[in-house]
Amino acid sequence: MQLTGAGAQVTAPRLRAETISKAFSGVQALSEVSLDVRAGEVLALMGENGAGKSTLLRVLSGDHQPDSGRLILDGAAVSFATPAEAHRAGLRVIQQEPEIVPHVSVAENVYLGELPRRGRVVNKRALFAQVRTDLERYGFAQALDPATLGADLSPAQRQMVEILRALASPVRVIAFDEPTSSLADHEVAALFDLIRRLRDDGVAIIYVSHRMPEIFTIADRVAVLRDGRFVGERSIAVTDTDELVRMMVGRDLSEIFVRTPRSTVDAGEGDVPVLELRELETDDVHGINLRVRAGEVVGIGGLMGAGRSELAHAVVGDLPIRSGYVAVSGKQLRLRSPADALRAGIGFAPEERKAQALLLRRSIRDNISLAILARLSRARIVRRGEERDIARNFVRQLSIRTPSIEQEVGNLSGGNQQKVVLARWLARRPKVLILDEPTRGVDVGAKAEIYSIINQLAEEGMALLVISSELPELLGLSDRVLVMQEGRITGELSRGEATEEGVLALAMADDLSTTGESA
Amino acid sequence: MIQTDSRELATAETATKPYAGNPIRRVLDAIGVQNISLIIALVLLCAIIGSQNSNFFLISNVKTIGTTVAIVGILAVVQTVVMLLGGLDISVGSAAGLTSVISAMVFMSAKSAALGIAVALVVGVAVGLLNGIVIVYGRVNAVIATLATYAGLRGLANLISNGRAQGYTGTDSTFTFLARGSLGGIPILVWVLIIIALAVHLMLRYTDIGRNIFAIGGNPTAARLAGINLNRYVVGCYVLVGLVAAVAGVLLTARTGSGQPTSGSQGLELQSITAAALGGVALQGGKGGISGTVLAVILLGVLQNGLTILGVNSFWQDIAQGALLIVAVVIQQRRRGVRAYGLPR
Repeated sequence: MQLTGAGAQVTAPRLRAETISKAFSGVQALSEVSLDVRAGEVLALMGENGAGKSTLLRVLSGDHQPDSGRLILDGAAVSFATPAEAHRAGLRVIQQEPEIVPHVSVAENVYLGELPRRGRVVNKRALFAQVRTDLERYGFAQALDPATLGADLSPAQRQMVEILRALASPVRVIAFDEPTSSLADHEVAALFDLIRRLRDDGVAIIYVSHRMPEIFTIADRVAVLRDGRFVGERSIAVTDTDELVRMMVGRDLSEIFVRTPRSTVDAGEGDVPVLELRELETDDVHGINLRVRAGEVVGIGGLMGAGRSELAHAVVGDLPIRSGYVAVSGKQLRLRSPADALRAGIGFAPEERKAQALLLRRSIRDNISLAILARLSRARIVRRGEERDIARNFVRQLSIRTPSIEQEVGNLSGGNQQKVVLARWLARRPKVLILDEPTRGVDVGAKAEIYSIINQLAEEGMALLVISSELPELLGLSDRVLVMQEGRITGELSRGEATEEGVLALAMADDLSTTGESA
Repeated sequence: MIQTDSRELATAETATKPYAGNPIRRVLDAIGVQNISLIIALVLLCAIIGSQNSNFFLISNVKTIGTTVAIVGILAVVQTVVMLLGGLDISVGSAAGLTSVISAMVFMSAKSAALGIAVALVVGVAVGLLNGIVIVYGRVNAVIATLATYAGLRGLANLISNGRAQGYTGTDSTFTFLARGSLGGIPILVWVLIIIALAVHLMLRYTDIGRNIFAIGGNPTAARLAGINLNRYVVGCYVLVGLVAAVAGVLLTARTGSGQPTSGSQGLELQSITAAALGGVALQGGKGGISGTVLAVILLGVLQNGLTILGVNSFWQDIAQGALLIVAVVIQQRRRGVRAYGLPR
């Protein structure tokens, strides 16, 4: 291992993570990840969505306890049962979206829980004086007024409050989780100044980001995670974007994809697409044009927050459309609610299956029949026999592992829950099915089964729009891949030309020229 | 279509518990833990009261219990419906008071019981519509919206009646039939409860409407994305409550012989909510049923009757009822496995 970087010295690591493993309900989020970060250096942590970066940060911050492995801080093994213990040890994680109390001032937000008091009375003068000193010291004095209410803060200011909180007590390691995702360029520059100052003060810094130019601007070393494993680390001086992207994605496309690509040649303009979006504008997405033909799987790639889920919600009438339109089989829709979209033949399996799709305390049968109850009813009476037959049928077809169709869905594993969601839409048979992260939190075996269901649906002529953050999945399933960034489609790749590098390049094509010094 | 040749998964099995084929177990499962506990509580309570005073078991006393619980019973049944939807209606008592006064006043001026009842029912529907519209289109929390109508309707009832009992219906055949008539040995009041409870039970259990109500209460986002029109269901359920509150108002008029703005209807909201919660309806919605609520109504009626028979001060009965509501909800939260920090939701 070699050392470079401005503040790095040849010393024992400030923080060492040793063979950390963590699994969530059978899904291995981290397996034996080992990582060092030294005092006075910035270690960038990179990886695709789901590579395990966030889980690792949660382990460091005491939010999660590792299943195995240990943390060593300045040579002593430590373990944190709660975030408070991690704070006391001098280990802080700056959350991407910090918790800010909306109706109290910046000053009170910073010293929440440790307000200076005289007896039982909060000493406001001391509090504000303290916060002003802090702001002066960290160079935020111009950017942040201690009297501003939490609710009125910009995303950048919220980050600053979170940073001030972290620095209110002695800090040894500080980790930033994609801190720049909501910052404007000049705010990024200010943040980098602060990071450099902390580094020069001898703090060990972990910096998680997707943005290549930033990494080359601020980091001394880069560590890459993939599928919950440590792939490798590079000194920033000896690596380049291409190598890092290869490390992030470089894996054999596994054999789990059974997709038979849509063979029909594009029949030209006469071929009416089943789903068409034209110049679609909502609060979150802009100028979206796309078409999905019968039997086609169109993938949408991009980073989290690129507006993909918001697009899906708009198409199913769950978010308002400002201008442009959605058409099904050439007919323009007026969407006021998901019921309208469903009538027109658009089904949607949302990203958060527990929060948005499932009735966790109802049976598998209830969940499968939810979107077809009207069709199943005669004179409003649900025909239970038929309902049971349908449920049993899908449980068998999708190999949902359960002792009975009366089992509460909350008792099933993630993969089986997702299959129940799919069964609901298979029973409904929409013309268009939109799947948002169809295999999130699903184990590999169930993933393969879900892929084969998607393939089967396409072969039967359904039009599918699949949103996925997992590149192998996106490439393996899609006939075409559209890539989104910041609410816009930044490119389209055909099945033949789509590569993980290509998708990532479009997803991260980032204009950071104002702050980027190198790269 | 999909082949089941996929590899076997160890993880999938772990999440589901094995199901014993034991027939007794299956019967108990069908009745439900909640209902079994209620039945046990009811039996114990009857045994205790009966051992203290044997008059408790007299047919006449059983009928008394039946007629006393009928009015709160029908309100508890519809309260169950809004609670399943994830809402609450605090205004039921006030709505019953208002419609009681209106039915008596219209009866007195028009000399027609049918017209008095009809107008009361129309007013009840209007009250429900108001609640529903404020909640849905005003985007107001159901508790706050119905707390407002709780106060407003009570005021309105007192305003039009000058705060006094209105009219005399004791000589009208329709009203006396409702109050004291019986069919096949069962009082009409109890028949009304049976019919409404059964109708709502069948609706919840066997129609798509009922399924959708459970779905909305269980996960409104999922219900909406599955194409269910939430607004229509919310307004519809509050209209049902308003209509049934008017039925309760009419029965109140019939029982007391005059239109009562507050007496007799005050506290019905608390009693109906207590019964539904005690019957196992989740305050978060989506879970519960009519059978539990009806059992709880009977339990509460027996308790009240027993305490009266045993000569316990009626103020104690209010305290007992408040305590019971807390106990019921605490048990419910425990069984739901709610974590013990932060604010309850």
